[in-house]
Amino acid sequence: MERSQAQFRRVARRSGPPVTLSFDGRPINATAGDSVLAALLESGAFVRRLEFGVEPRAGFCLMGACQDCWVWSAAGGRIRACTTSVSEGMELFAEPQDMAGSRG
Amino acid sequence: MAEIVIIGAGPAGISAAELLVANGVKPILIDEGMRAGGQGYRRPADDLALDMTKLMGSEAGRYAALHKRFATLRPRIDYRPQTLVWAIDGKRLHLLRDGRTETLDCDSLLIASGAMDRIAPFPGWTTPGVFTLGGAQVALKDQGCLIGSRVAFLGSSPLLTLAAKQYRAMGAEIAVIADTTPFSAKLAAMPALLGAPRTLLRGLWYMAAALRTGIPMLHGVTPVAVEGDGRVEALALRDGSGRERRFACDAIALGYGLKPETQLADLAGADFAYDRDFRLFLPKIDGFGRARPGLYLAGDGVRIGGADAAEASGALAAHAILSDLGRAQDIAAIRPLARRVTRLRDFQRGLARAFAWPKEQIAALPDTVTLCRCENVTIGEVRAAMTKALGPVEVNRVKAMTRCGMGRCQGRVCGPTLQEIVAAGTEQGGEAAGRLRGQAPVKPIALAAAEEPA
Repeated sequence: MERSQAQFRRVARRSGPPVTLSFDGRPINATAGDSVLAALLESGAFVRRLEFGVEPRAGFCLMGACQDCWVWSAAGGRIRACTTSVSEGMELFAEPQDMAGSRG
Repeated sequence: MAEIVIIGAGPAGISAAELLVANGVKPILIDEGMRAGGQGYRRPADDLALDMTKLMGSEAGRYAALHKRFATLRPRIDYRPQTLVWAIDGKRLHLLRDGRTETLDCDSLLIASGAMDRIAPFPGWTTPGVFTLGGAQVALKDQGCLIGSRVAFLGSSPLLTLAAKQYRAMGAEIAVIADTTPFSAKLAAMPALLGAPRTLLRGLWYMAAALRTGIPMLHGVTPVAVEGDGRVEALALRDGSGRERRFACDAIALGYGLKPETQLADLAGADFAYDRDFRLFLPKIDGFGRARPGLYLAGDGVRIGGADAAEASGALAAHAILSDLGRAQDIAAIRPLARRVTRLRDFQRGLARAFAWPKEQIAALPDTVTLCRCENVTIGEVRAAMTKALGPVEVNRVKAMTRCGMGRCQGRVCGPTLQEIVAAGTEQGGEAAGRLRGQAPVKPIALAAAEEPA
């Protein structure tokens, strides 16, 4: 299982309320204040697949410059994972949902 | 009163705003971040149980002081966090906040946009688990997370040792600190570093601390590959003696010093000149940070100098703004600021020589290596385009032919390497390869947001 191991390791706890979101249908437990990227990489190894193939990506600069960590939302929009905080009920995907399979 | 806008709430922007407030002016301070402080002095949220005093080490006092000063400053300025300046059109700024665009006209504009890591690719560098060196620090300071449990630090920068020290203090295993510059080359550059002994001593102390703890520290390495399918399993490299070595790890922090974020200065009309020490095109400024009438640049966003230089250069630029608006400034206050900025920036110039950008290694990279991680363009595709180019070969032409540098990061990551690959291909200096021009939007924004209301 490629997602059996987390990439990030948390070393400082947050005191905020728990938040549940989902990534590709899988539930993710996070804490209010976590970035989407930290939440996803604390439970998995990647956040998206490259548009030009199936190569996984997990972000790179973590400061909003490289734009490598955009994930797809259920509504078809994109979220920059490293600079967006988690919110309850967020549904996120590694690939666009509406257009999956129709990409050139 | 003229409208004064500062972009960037790091040490430069905060110091500039303070000086303006002290002179009875209320500037607008725009920042893309959620909390002021910039990248180096990034402040974690209050609910994160992170001991910043321990993490910041000898810089803890300065870190705490900056945030205390900002708390005093905040009610006296028009502070606009989480606001992206995505385009500049003359004196008009285009802003994006909460998914909505608006414009803001200004008379004086100070851009203190900070820096990001300079990156050199190598086989496997797009594997999940490879992050920038600055990113490794952001994960810790912003999120209380390590990028992995066993981390390799690779590149050429004194910050490799600093970050490794922070990671070790927080419980990470350090697989290796691997620097591409030979130790002899670093020693040769030492005399240039004696201008800022405090910073130099701090760097030497980090190195000594790393050696004491038995962390393998290599100089003069050549990165070979990231091993692992879909995630990092090891870093393979050749050491200074040419022997290939493999370091098991689950994350790699990669960085070759810092690179000013100059996209906004470009859009605001600054002129650029090639800097031979940094091998980058940098905005032209005078001793106060003036780039053109009404445009001022400060901090690491224009010249790498570190946090102390950023603070002083922000204050200098604020003096220039006030002076240009016809308000007499105290030369006795300006002189020491100017001296400090010059000394600290000269020190960073020395560091850029001591921790060299590995242009020969880059020129020798195989064709199969990904150069542009946004558009998935290989170094081979760029080299092939150069042989087909009709007319002079330069980076903007290669970008148009290959899409390298045209992706969502706008060349922030691939730009310096593209410059070297093009320069090596034309057998000309880095300068002759030309400068990748900035384009709006400087970061991706939704098409719907960019549409101006009718």
